[in-house]
Amino acid sequence: MPRFTAQELDAHRAKVTQLLDKPSIKVGMSTCGVAAGAVLAFDTLVEEAKSKSANILISRTGCAGMCSMEPLVEVCIPGQPAAMYGNVDAELARRIINEHVLSSQPIVERLVPSIEALAVAYDKSDTPTPPGASGPRQYRIVLRNCGVIDPESIDEYIAREGYQALQKALSGMTSEQIIEELKVSGLRGRGGAGFPTWHKWQLTRDAQGDEHYIICNGDEGDPGAYMDRSVLEGDPHSIIEGMIIGGYVIGARQGVFYIRAEYPLAVQRIEKAIRQARAAGLLGKNILGTEFSFDLEIRLGAGAFVCGEETALIASVEGKRGTPRPRPPFPSVKGLWNMPTMINNVETLANIAPILVRGGKWFGSIGIGKSTGTKVFAVTGKIKNSGLVEIPMGTTLREVVNGICGGIASGRRVKAVQTGGPSGGLIPEQHLDTPVSYEHLQALGSIMGSGGMIVMDDTDSVVELSRFYLGFCVDESCGKCAPCRIGGTQILRTLNRIADLKGTERDIATVRRIAHAMQKASLCGLGQTAPNPILSALRYFEPEFMERIAAAKTARKEPGIARK
Amino acid sequence: MTHTSVVDDVAVIAKRWNNTRGSLIMALHDLQSRHGYVPRESAMKLAKYMDVPLARIYEVLTFYNYFKLKPPGKHVVSVCMGTACYLKGAPGIYHDITKHLGIKSGETTPNGEFHLQIVRCIGCCGLAPVVTINEQLLAKMNPHDAVEHICQIKEGAEK
Repeated sequence: MPRFTAQELDAHRAKVTQLLDKPSIKVGMSTCGVAAGAVLAFDTLVEEAKSKSANILISRTGCAGMCSMEPLVEVCIPGQPAAMYGNVDAELARRIINEHVLSSQPIVERLVPSIEALAVAYDKSDTPTPPGASGPRQYRIVLRNCGVIDPESIDEYIAREGYQALQKALSGMTSEQIIEELKVSGLRGRGGAGFPTWHKWQLTRDAQGDEHYIICNGDEGDPGAYMDRSVLEGDPHSIIEGMIIGGYVIGARQGVFYIRAEYPLAVQRIEKAIRQARAAGLLGKNILGTEFSFDLEIRLGAGAFVCGEETALIASVEGKRGTPRPRPPFPSVKGLWNMPTMINNVETLANIAPILVRGGKWFGSIGIGKSTGTKVFAVTGKIKNSGLVEIPMGTTLREVVNGICGGIASGRRVKAVQTGGPSGGLIPEQHLDTPVSYEHLQALGSIMGSGGMIVMDDTDSVVELSRFYLGFCVDESCGKCAPCRIGGTQILRTLNRIADLKGTERDIATVRRIAHAMQKASLCGLGQTAPNPILSALRYFEPEFMERIAAAKTARKEPGIARK
Repeated sequence: MTHTSVVDDVAVIAKRWNNTRGSLIMALHDLQSRHGYVPRESAMKLAKYMDVPLARIYEVLTFYNYFKLKPPGKHVVSVCMGTACYLKGAPGIYHDITKHLGIKSGETTPNGEFHLQIVRCIGCCGLAPVVTINEQLLAKMNPHDAVEHICQIKEGAEK
């Protein structure tokens, strides 16, 4: 591939756009698709098409979002609505070729909703489906290409507005203008804390230093969440484009992709995408024929949840133990190698290109209050259709749980929804009509978080879930500061006592007291937020804890039972 | 694996990373992917070639969960204990596997056949609960089927 100038890239885009109009079969080949048997489905489709001389392109694609129905196969024939098949085994794969492709007879009983039926694509409509109107409830900006393009083809990315934002940025936008556009858009960090993205970019740009760095935080550590993995695997170029633009704004020559080693497929896809972008002149020296030079390297995480914290992540990129340090100075002033460093989350970066192409005003018009745009959630637990959803901010939790995801699989009652993982909290059933926004979730004692959403039914124990999250944080505490190291262990011991029917009423007060100390005195976000799950559990479900304490009391009165 | 091959491997890895600042963790990843763990003699060689104190290497190795200091068993059984898997019965699966193999998480059976570990979310929450045996991912598991899969591997080895 030649190194493109801006005009050449336009010409190339016009050429490759035709690629997308060919009849094709797309097989979801992300980690979860492969795990469910997508390789067999893919191979069978190819074999059958070859033996029957069916003239159709069979390609790999990323995550379509309906994880519980994998492997997913979509048949796209121009002029016809896309047809999605779920749970595709070898037999169904053969039938798809013979009946659907060769005889134009879709296998109706095996069809599942297509991406088009579930979500409005942002390139098809400027606005999501309005509340109350009929239509798909999801709106895809971040996931615009996931399940649509072949993630290993830069041409397919380019064909769908890919690198258009970079062209726009480099051909005349100043860094001030780009920051202004982000300010208008209202985009906030999607890692969970919700710091305004424009402000982070401006602080880093304005900080003095010989070098400036941009880091993509792909260390998705919340157990029960996999939004970032899906974007890394399904649309790697969207993140790379966001990083190049970020590098341009802050004046960086080097960017770092920090990715979990536990995501080997994501690492492979990013490696390949970086090579492709370099070959096309989108990375490296004189990008798109301009003066701007920028390159990316990959650094692997090694299984430490604390490395999601910015200063710990920087230590890890420097090849050290991932322990945090006190802030200030913030990384935007003193980060990697003591130079100004901007760390952005995967989902945040994937939002950058659409904002520059469509304008900050468009993005800012979606959402509610100070929470603009969309948010991707990985909805799991006792839910019927677990999977990835992307909703406009302001959509209610009930809409997500009952509307989009079909409610509880067994038909039981929703007890609570947990957001924010080990740093978040529980939202009980009576608050499900709350709209999703940074502010609303915080008011309920939870957080937006990175996008994990665990649905519990009335058979799940809040006491056990609190113990699970706290155990996780105790395991993952780096041990550097005492409030987190000792506080976490002491709360866990107390909680274990309560759970194992040995607790007393005083234990609850003890838990609360230590939790508040941890929130105030811990060095980094891990320790400060580790007590959130237990505090929110006590806020809404204290009777469940009291039940266990009452049972312990009874047991003490009847020693025969206690000894058992 | 002969001693010389270990030495040569380390030299190649050190050469690859020596000129990149802060690349110790990347070099250790390379070592582990070659051997399945980080052998002590390799770590000592790496210390010499990269001019890093051995203590710093072990400081890093012992901090991160991903690095292994002992050779894993022939078959690695990983039980996912992410939140979704936990809610959907992973503790029961783990319990039955420990009973069946007679080992706990982080241990290897005396004959070196099976290594058992609890892992934090492998990102397949839609298929919960999941267990992986080597590269194979077993979706929507229950205690009985998980043990059954392990039995099949055992029988295969005996044949």
